[in-house]
Amino acid sequence: MTAVATAADALRFSGIAKIFGGVKALDDVSFTVGAGEVHCLAGENGCGKSTLIKIITGVYQPEPGARMEIFGQDYTQISPTQARKAGIAVIWQDLALFAEMTVAENIAFETMLGNRPRGVSYARLRSVAVAALARLDVDLDLDARLGTLPIAQRQIVAIARALVSDARLIFMDEPTASLTQSETDALLSVVRTLSARGVAVVFVSHRLAEVLDISSRVTVLRDGKVVGVFPTEGMTQSHLTELMTGTSFAHDVMARDPSGPDVLRVEGLTRAGEYDDISFTLREGEVLGLTGLIGAGRTELCHTLFGMTRADRGRITLNGQHLHFRSNRDAVAQGIAYVSEDRLALGLIQLQSIADNTVLSVLRQITGAGGLLSAQKKEATVSHWISELSVKIGKPADAVSTLSGGNQQRVVLAKWLATAPKVLLLDCPTVGVDVGARAGIFRIVRALAEKGLAILLVSDEVPEVYMNADRVLHMAAGRIIAEWDPRQTGLSEMEAAVYA
Amino acid sequence: MTDLYRRLSTAFGPEVPGLLGFLALVLVVFGLFAPNFLTGANFGSIAFQLPELGLLTLAMMMPIISGGFNLAIIYTANMAGLTLAFVLNQYGGVDAGLWPFILGTVLAIGVGALSGAVMGAVIAYIGAHPILVSLAMMIFLRGLGEFLTKGGDISGFPPWMATLGHGTVWGIPVPLILFLLCAVLWHILLNRTRHGFSVRMIGSNIRTAGYSGLHTKRTLILIYTLSGVMCAIAGILMLSRFNSVRVGHGEALLLVTVLACFLGGVDPFGGFGRVLPVVIALVVLQVLSSGLNLLGANQHLSTAVWGLFLVGVMILRWGAARLSERKKRS
Amino acid sequence: MHSFLRAYPTESKLLAVLLILCAGLSAASPDFLTLVNFTSLLNNNAVNVIWAVGLLVVLIAGGIDISFAVAASVVQYLCVYAFAAIGGGNWAIGFLFAGGFGLALGLINAFLIHQFRIISIVVTISTFNAFFGLLMFFSSGRFLYNLPSWWSQRVILWEYQTANGTWAEVILPVAVMAVCMAATWVLIRRTTTGRQLYAFGDNPEGARRAGIPIGLMQAIAFGWCGMMAGIAGLMQSHITKEVVPNALVGRELEVLAAVVLGGARLGGGRGSVLGCFLGVLLVAVTQNGLNLLGVSPYAFKMVVGIIILLAISTSNLDPAKWFGKGGKA
Repeated sequence: MTAVATAADALRFSGIAKIFGGVKALDDVSFTVGAGEVHCLAGENGCGKSTLIKIITGVYQPEPGARMEIFGQDYTQISPTQARKAGIAVIWQDLALFAEMTVAENIAFETMLGNRPRGVSYARLRSVAVAALARLDVDLDLDARLGTLPIAQRQIVAIARALVSDARLIFMDEPTASLTQSETDALLSVVRTLSARGVAVVFVSHRLAEVLDISSRVTVLRDGKVVGVFPTEGMTQSHLTELMTGTSFAHDVMARDPSGPDVLRVEGLTRAGEYDDISFTLREGEVLGLTGLIGAGRTELCHTLFGMTRADRGRITLNGQHLHFRSNRDAVAQGIAYVSEDRLALGLIQLQSIADNTVLSVLRQITGAGGLLSAQKKEATVSHWISELSVKIGKPADAVSTLSGGNQQRVVLAKWLATAPKVLLLDCPTVGVDVGARAGIFRIVRALAEKGLAILLVSDEVPEVYMNADRVLHMAAGRIIAEWDPRQTGLSEMEAAVYA
Repeated sequence: MTDLYRRLSTAFGPEVPGLLGFLALVLVVFGLFAPNFLTGANFGSIAFQLPELGLLTLAMMMPIISGGFNLAIIYTANMAGLTLAFVLNQYGGVDAGLWPFILGTVLAIGVGALSGAVMGAVIAYIGAHPILVSLAMMIFLRGLGEFLTKGGDISGFPPWMATLGHGTVWGIPVPLILFLLCAVLWHILLNRTRHGFSVRMIGSNIRTAGYSGLHTKRTLILIYTLSGVMCAIAGILMLSRFNSVRVGHGEALLLVTVLACFLGGVDPFGGFGRVLPVVIALVVLQVLSSGLNLLGANQHLSTAVWGLFLVGVMILRWGAARLSERKKRS
Repeated sequence: MHSFLRAYPTESKLLAVLLILCAGLSAASPDFLTLVNFTSLLNNNAVNVIWAVGLLVVLIAGGIDISFAVAASVVQYLCVYAFAAIGGGNWAIGFLFAGGFGLALGLINAFLIHQFRIISIVVTISTFNAFFGLLMFFSSGRFLYNLPSWWSQRVILWEYQTANGTWAEVILPVAVMAVCMAATWVLIRRTTTGRQLYAFGDNPEGARRAGIPIGLMQAIAFGWCGMMAGIAGLMQSHITKEVVPNALVGRELEVLAAVVLGGARLGGGRGSVLGCFLGVLLVAVTQNGLNLLGVSPYAFKMVVGIIILLAISTSNLDPAKWFGKGGKA
């Protein structure tokens, strides 16, 4: 835990407002970060986090009446260059690094900028990179091509690069999104080092597990307003989620005892480096929750169940039949559907129509006479699923990118449900979905279970599985280490175990 | 007027009314300024020349919709034509009968399909860039063709083959009938088959298409194989029209096929494209070409005009995109 | 040694293949491993290398240019008239004009690509045809023979009479090639502008966020390619002592193939001057070998095509994948 600095604040913003097309994206927001503090900026998608960051880094200008102070200096307007010179850096999720260049070149890239061509001294470049890494207490191969590094190390490079531009306040956007446990530990230790050396770090996130541990304070944004600034000591994830979403979890869990036969049986599934000796059964009509920290191997397990990778050892049995998948097409044919956590890149084809996205996996079903696609069957399938899942659309021919996050996710569900799966693998289904829409998604999930679908619900957010699953499996470092019944184990107990 | 525009737009797609308007404009301008433009002879010649370009454009269209490119179409066409020529020459050349022709045609189509399949396989399984793969194939086929023909022409084919290249059925040129049949086939393939659906989805996002269960590798191979088959048909047609085969014949058409695709609304980034607007675009281009010809424009000037035209079309598309963005914002 | 292998994997592989090829050819033909043969190889491929290093810069920046060979022809023509207009000229003026005309043509490409957001393959297909069509139209396909004497007179930089009386000579274009190679190397490896080009080709969005001026990158890349094309045209006319408007068209694709062989890729961010040189050399040595072995010249292109196909196929293959975990998607 880091001490809270009050005297010399890195950042003091107040009265920040931003209006886009008549809508208040930010309303009288105050945001303060102490020098050397590790701070968390939390909020759901659409709460205004990115807008706030863009104002702080000069990409947007706030409405008149804002007070902005950075490292003691007052600003009425900030340009991106000024923000950078003032010592503010943002590491966005896509890192904006150069895969073909070496680590050293990436770290010292700042020295390559400028319109007037200057000579490049590789020796100087190296020493700059070495110095930056030394400040982080990290050792990396300077000559490795960045593209060969795993994401965790690339993040370190991005941080090092920010340091080279003399950043004194670094925003990190969803930094732990793709890291394993040990990588996350490594990142957090780098952050501690930064903080000890006087560099403030702001984690921008709506996934809070590890972040809560390392930050000293959290600013919660909801619908463009600041809900409050809270010390993280004693803060639980569920309380924080309540603050972010404005709803409380004061109602009954949905867990029941499904009475159907076993549908999916997994025995001793092992894949080197990903998961080890996984065994569980999934019954008809059951919602089985699978939670754990990021990097526990949950998505990797899903990939194997979906036929995209092959396990080294173990068996998967579906309705008594031993499964051998050569590709995900086999999995789909056998009745396993997988809703990926990466909806934008893998769930939907954004530029194509809602109708086309819906029938993406069931082309054979809409084939009519002569092997040609039948427009009537396609229309029938599409309207059936649009109404069944209450997807709010304009016209089926509209591009799917015109829909909101929640409605897009419903289209993804429609696509998979159209394949009449026996098992539905849901990987973090509410990522990027607004709070209000989440309840709707889970209602659909529950209704599907009641109709007999076997569902594996994978989620980072313990409250989600606690509320919606019949049983919860806890996966850590590739192994299943606990199983809970939400009716018997409380949420705080589960959270404590997961974030231990 | 706007009602007509709207009806054409919804029935056939948003590019069609604009293209038809452009066609009308071109007809009027050349009708006024080019001698002998509005004559049966001229339109007849357009109808005979269009199919060659049209078949090659169809061959280029499918790879572009899938997000790729096929630089090898001309040489694939000529290679197929060479195959037919060799078979015919084996069986008597000018005196060859129908069966050698059929055999030759089958082999020619096979050659086209094979070269396409090889390209498709390299693109699908190795993940190499379609421009590079088709470039390599283009260089190879050109070399192979030059090697086999020593750079010269092959001619001497049965006179009854001229029916294919120059004949008419009920006044409609045979090549045009062939092209229209192929265009209809392509339309059905792209719009009404699983393959065509996959082509478009792959063009927009191949990863999601794969995740969702589409057989992306097989589709890619099929795309380039079909492209090769269409090239082969074009090659056979060229042989019968010119009564000779030369490995480099029609080199200049590569650009025009790309132009026809983009003019016809095919998205350069893949995922979208329809046959009907491309056919109208082809008509526009062929009419332009014949008009320029009648005006006495040198063939080279025409080439330059195509180049400038392609840039012009892309600039117009850019302008239209900007306009619609501004409309959306306000 | 190890760090060279690591930093330049493609170039190392290429060098190995080239050495094996040379070894094989020297065993198969006594004429291969001779000074006369090597110097003549260099002389005949200098123009290709000059084109290649120009194209390399475009590929590094993530684009493609197929108009440069035609641009070279246009520059040749413009130079003839320009030199005549100023009453003769000399090498200094020659390079200035050729480079300048070429630069201008390249900047046309850059403008169209950047201003109208058109992808480079489409723009350069267009300019290829526009340049060629206009050139052929205005020149009526005429050859030009009356080049100023400074331009057409053979310049021998070094000559050596071998044991059997034949002369091995190295001519001016080789020196120009070396200068162009060095200049390109300095640009891409030793200046910040060059590193920005690599960055831009590698990750255009990341480059934009870092504040790299996109329009300038396009201008430099295509401008450099045009400039090199102009110089190549100047050299080519120097060798052939004439200007033939349709002599160069068609060579762009082989140059592209050689540059890709040398390690540059269409996606940008990769490539080296050494790789370019080795790529052109590999194609040249192959053709030279086939020639010495008595293979029909018509077979050359075929072989080149196969080599490129193989090179493309193997460059994407990652042997590590075969021995790694059981098949990740």
